[in-house]
Amino acid sequence: MSEHQEDAELFHSMINRVLEKEVAPFYEQWEEQSAIPRSLWNTLGQAGMLGIDMPEEYGGAQASFEISQLAIEEMARKGFAGLAGGYNIHANIVMPYILHIGTDAQKQRYLPDMISGDVLSAIAMTEPGAGSDLAAMRTTAQRTDEGYVINGAKVFITNGLQAELVVVCAKTDPAAGAKGVSLFLVDTSLPGFSRGKGIRKIGQHASDTAELFFSDLVVPHGALLGEEGKGFAYLMQELPRERLGVGAQAVGATEGVLEITLEYVQQRQAFGQRVADFQNTRFKLAEARARLEVAKAYLKQCIASYHKGEMGSTEAAILKLMLTEMQCDIANDCLQLFGGYGYTLEYPVSRFFVDARVQTIYAGTSEIMKEVIARSMLGK
Amino acid sequence: MTNFVDQEELALFRASVIKALETEVAPHYEAWEKSGVVPRELWNTLGDAGMLCVDIPEDSGGCEAPFQYSVVVGEELARMGFGALSTNVMVHSDIVAPYISHLGNEAQKQQWLPKMVSGEVVGAIAMTEPGAGSDLQAMRTSAVRDGDDYILNGSKTFITNGQHADMVIVAAKTDPSAGAKGISLFLVDTTLPGYSKGRNLDKIGQHSGDTSELFFSDMRVHASALVGEEGKGFIYLMQELPRERLVIGALGVAAARGALDLTIAYTHERELFGQKLAQIQNTRFEIARMETDYQVNKAFVSQCISQYEAGELDAPTASMAKYSATEMQCRVADGCLQLFGGYGYTTEYPISRAFMDARVQRIYGGTSEVMKEIIARSVLGRV
Repeated sequence: MSEHQEDAELFHSMINRVLEKEVAPFYEQWEEQSAIPRSLWNTLGQAGMLGIDMPEEYGGAQASFEISQLAIEEMARKGFAGLAGGYNIHANIVMPYILHIGTDAQKQRYLPDMISGDVLSAIAMTEPGAGSDLAAMRTTAQRTDEGYVINGAKVFITNGLQAELVVVCAKTDPAAGAKGVSLFLVDTSLPGFSRGKGIRKIGQHASDTAELFFSDLVVPHGALLGEEGKGFAYLMQELPRERLGVGAQAVGATEGVLEITLEYVQQRQAFGQRVADFQNTRFKLAEARARLEVAKAYLKQCIASYHKGEMGSTEAAILKLMLTEMQCDIANDCLQLFGGYGYTLEYPVSRFFVDARVQTIYAGTSEIMKEVIARSMLGK
Repeated sequence: MTNFVDQEELALFRASVIKALETEVAPHYEAWEKSGVVPRELWNTLGDAGMLCVDIPEDSGGCEAPFQYSVVVGEELARMGFGALSTNVMVHSDIVAPYISHLGNEAQKQQWLPKMVSGEVVGAIAMTEPGAGSDLQAMRTSAVRDGDDYILNGSKTFITNGQHADMVIVAAKTDPSAGAKGISLFLVDTTLPGYSKGRNLDKIGQHSGDTSELFFSDMRVHASALVGEEGKGFIYLMQELPRERLVIGALGVAAARGALDLTIAYTHERELFGQKLAQIQNTRFEIARMETDYQVNKAFVSQCISQYEAGELDAPTASMAKYSATEMQCRVADGCLQLFGGYGYTTEYPISRAFMDARVQRIYGGTSEVMKEIIARSVLGRV
């Protein structure tokens, strides 16, 4: 066994242990309360699960990127999609932004606390009138002598209710379209920052999703992440990684829903035989397995190309489109095999179904993915 | 017979239903969804408004309207986004009441039907058991004759209206060795000793539609509660299932209309990339696909309604109506939600409820898989 594989196995068992002990016994309660306790992030940090692939100098384990993907996959496989979403944002999106774009001072200030779980982060791009259409963004950041004055509102912000740090996208030059967008590291204790109520959703209940408001919020010049006006370019640069995370979630959740369905159909009797013995069941599950294996191969290929720094936006779009659509189709088919039980909250298959539905929407809808792919083939 | 229904009068009735629902249901529905059940008084309100069991004959207390009138009530409930309530009312008016009206004796009709019309009695029907869904032969609830009584023992699950029901039609085995031929139906008064209701089951949608487990423990019902003849329960079920399945199909069609209307309005409002969502080709093609899907299914369900009124709707055709219309409903609800983007995933936008409420339509009243088997048997014979 290579050192790399051994590492992976050690991490895998650590991740499983932590999730079984710290998450599984409480997750249903968190779903009911529509929130994960803030302290869980410290627990995950202490267990070494945050910033797994971040450099050691900031407190990370400097493990390979695959391990952090594995963490997301395991959460999704166990049916903790609400947690996986928040984890992906904190550990897999915001941390790399800071690592890749931030100054030394910014890295020193934030990464160790994010890795320990003392600081929970969010990223605020979407606005009420601007979802995937980032050029329509209205939040502004005006440069003054004391710093930047931020005004505007954001919506659908994962981790929004609890985050101490929010990466905010705002227009520093409203006339310049996409080129006028900049990123800011916003400390949520600053005056002028406020949060709305949690947004009620049809699934991923444990994940908090909030509206954020900025009213003459002043951040110091040092809060600018990267260069002014380059926000859009940074977003594009980091998108592949975000979509890899969504892909890992899709694969994990599909593995998970298939596992519980396989178990159910072999135990449930109908018309004098096991549900597993009906050809319809066998073919539905066979189809699901085949789609999952193909999806895993594509995900693996994307990870390899990400490692080489070669993963482009088209590959990321293909990955997100295919894997999340697959996840929704399979969760839907699996629920059907449970019959009436699948519609009740008592059977976790119902959670896999409702949690899946947003995967084809957030981080760029399937329609946006198609547009990105089409542009690569046909131009704008 | 459809031609004999005055469509202008039917439209007037529809308008009156809409008005009543806007006043009596719309302002409260979200609160009921949160509490997981509609208030018991709603049934009396619906009864007073003349919306329950409208096609029951006059001598049983109904107004003997054509079947289409009853369908209109369910359709409007579904179209207006009250999916759970449409299911509750369907069970009461389009399943339970017709069993009594078609199969009950005069005393049974007089005992139950006038009060079901007024809403003083809420009806439910208990077929499904923990180990027997569509597979009715696997039923374990038993009814053992003892003098002038039957003694019922067993449990049922997924019973719509289970929390409020005053009367439940219970399917039980009077002859456990006779398979399907050993099943009988009973009109069970839920105030009798030995009857108890379990939890209101938590579901992913149709939240205000109460769905319960029911338990019968040495419950004595008088022999006069037997529906029709002993051992003929399965035949009666087969006889009445086409109406149930047809109405589920009609609800599916109407709910799809409601979802489409919400979505069409939204695409005209919502701006994206400098244009209306309605101007983007994908939106246009998706709406076109779904509108077509809707229209074709609506035509088929209308045809089935005519056949039912003429006494000509057979089981495979009713299965096609349920299968096709509910699958269409789920496709439409899913496609519509997607056009709402992130908002579609929030409970603030009613499209999310249309999506969640739709999902069980492919399951209850016989799953799509059972529908396919019935259709396949009519085409290919039994395996």
